[in-house]
Amino acid sequence: MDDIIELIDVHKSFGKQKVLDGLSLKVPRGRTTVIIGLSGGGKSVVLKHMIGLIKPDQGQVLVAGQDITQLDDRELNQARRRFGMLFQDAALFDSMNVGDNVAFPLREHSKLNEKDIMKLVTEKLAMVGLTGAEVKMPSQLSGGMRKRAGLARAIALEPEIILFDEPTTGLDPLLTDAINRLIKDTQERLNITAVVISHDLAGAYRIAHNIAMLYQGRIVASGTPDEIRASQDPVVQQFIHGRAEGPIEVL
Amino acid sequence: MRWIGPMESLGRSFLRGLEEAGEILLLLVQAGLWLLRPPWRLRLIFKQMEFVGIKSINVVILTGAFTGGVFALQSHHGFVLFGAESLVGSTVALALTRELGPVLTALMVTGRAGSAMAAELGTMRVTEQVDALYVMAVNPVQYLVLPRIVAAIIMLPILTIVADYIGIVGGYIVGVHLLGINAGIFMAKIIEYVEVSDITMGLIKAAYFGLILSLVGCYKGFYTHGGAEGVGRATTQAVVLASVLILAFDYVLTAIMF
Repeated sequence: MDDIIELIDVHKSFGKQKVLDGLSLKVPRGRTTVIIGLSGGGKSVVLKHMIGLIKPDQGQVLVAGQDITQLDDRELNQARRRFGMLFQDAALFDSMNVGDNVAFPLREHSKLNEKDIMKLVTEKLAMVGLTGAEVKMPSQLSGGMRKRAGLARAIALEPEIILFDEPTTGLDPLLTDAINRLIKDTQERLNITAVVISHDLAGAYRIAHNIAMLYQGRIVASGTPDEIRASQDPVVQQFIHGRAEGPIEVL
Repeated sequence: MRWIGPMESLGRSFLRGLEEAGEILLLLVQAGLWLLRPPWRLRLIFKQMEFVGIKSINVVILTGAFTGGVFALQSHHGFVLFGAESLVGSTVALALTRELGPVLTALMVTGRAGSAMAAELGTMRVTEQVDALYVMAVNPVQYLVLPRIVAAIIMLPILTIVADYIGIVGGYIVGVHLLGINAGIFMAKIIEYVEVSDITMGLIKAAYFGLILSLVGCYKGFYTHGGAEGVGRATTQAVVLASVLILAFDYVLTAIMF
């Protein structure tokens, strides 16, 4: 199976703090890969490397075989067209209503006329269960609705890859389940590559084809959910069983 | 914590100041380069012109009227000692067109719009909306910063014209109606002493002030970090820095032009 994203020996420090320490990771095309790990362990940093928001100090980030760390602005923008991204708090533009938010990438990057754009907006909002929310302002939406609107915007240009930054953090169990189902449905229906970062294991088991565990700046284990569950690695064991004692120092 | 001596502390803030000046100039260069490259976002520029210009008119009118009025009052107080009340009109008009119109307009707009630019861009930064622009392959300097700078450069001279005019009206009301200066003499002295160049130089200064307040507001907002507290800090710093720079550049520009 071919890999659409590959991180090779990526190092990244912020000031004196080393966040990624020789991280390597492969993301297979057309699958859902979930990256799990501790809070504040650099999961978002991994995601932001994939889309060129952060440049590594050292190492390569291959997207469809192209090293995006070497691209200039124009080429990087070209590469970014492959992606959609759902930010942690959705990052909807709060000066625009939901409809304009979803229409934003279409207006920027497609040659469609306004009528076709609005049709697509309606369609995308229906996909995420927000029919009729076009005229609402982001501030009027609940957390779960904001994430769904953010997802509608992320899939507007029908990208090949969608990155999810902690999509279920801060939601109640029912909404968590609904968002997980939405990720799974979207991935299957559009046949895209999904990269999800999460510390919600139950969700990860449900939606992932592959799980990778990030610990101390490296991927310490990766495999199918079953393989992860059966892993004998004490770090993985401690994390999936949620124990405070073990090789990971919690406090 | 290590003890930092006064010289080291001074050196550090000097270096930080240099660094900041460099970053501000880089942002200006980036915005300037985007000015040469389509798409030009006219709709966003007009929206910012409305925000910076139209919505500042009330505060500029109030500032202008009271400044002109108080200037007439003060100068009359002095001139009456040697019987030169007739010069009150031209004094008010010259002070406003050359100096007070552009500077006070710029300071008021800094407080209103420069602070709002820092707060808005800062909020967008800390809620990842700036990152979202990058991800959607839209350059935030071109989308957020450039329209604000262009709008402020266009609108500040226009607001200054309003301030000049209303200020002279304020001076006229106080001078003629309250202090009893002859209306004809008041106006004649304005026409005699105020040159067109006094007005245009003031407007050129205003355009520079527009650049300063928008650039500083955008810079502080764009590089905000540290959540809600960071947004508050960026907003305050934007107002303070822009105000100081406006006054400093006012001196420099005046020395060069007049």
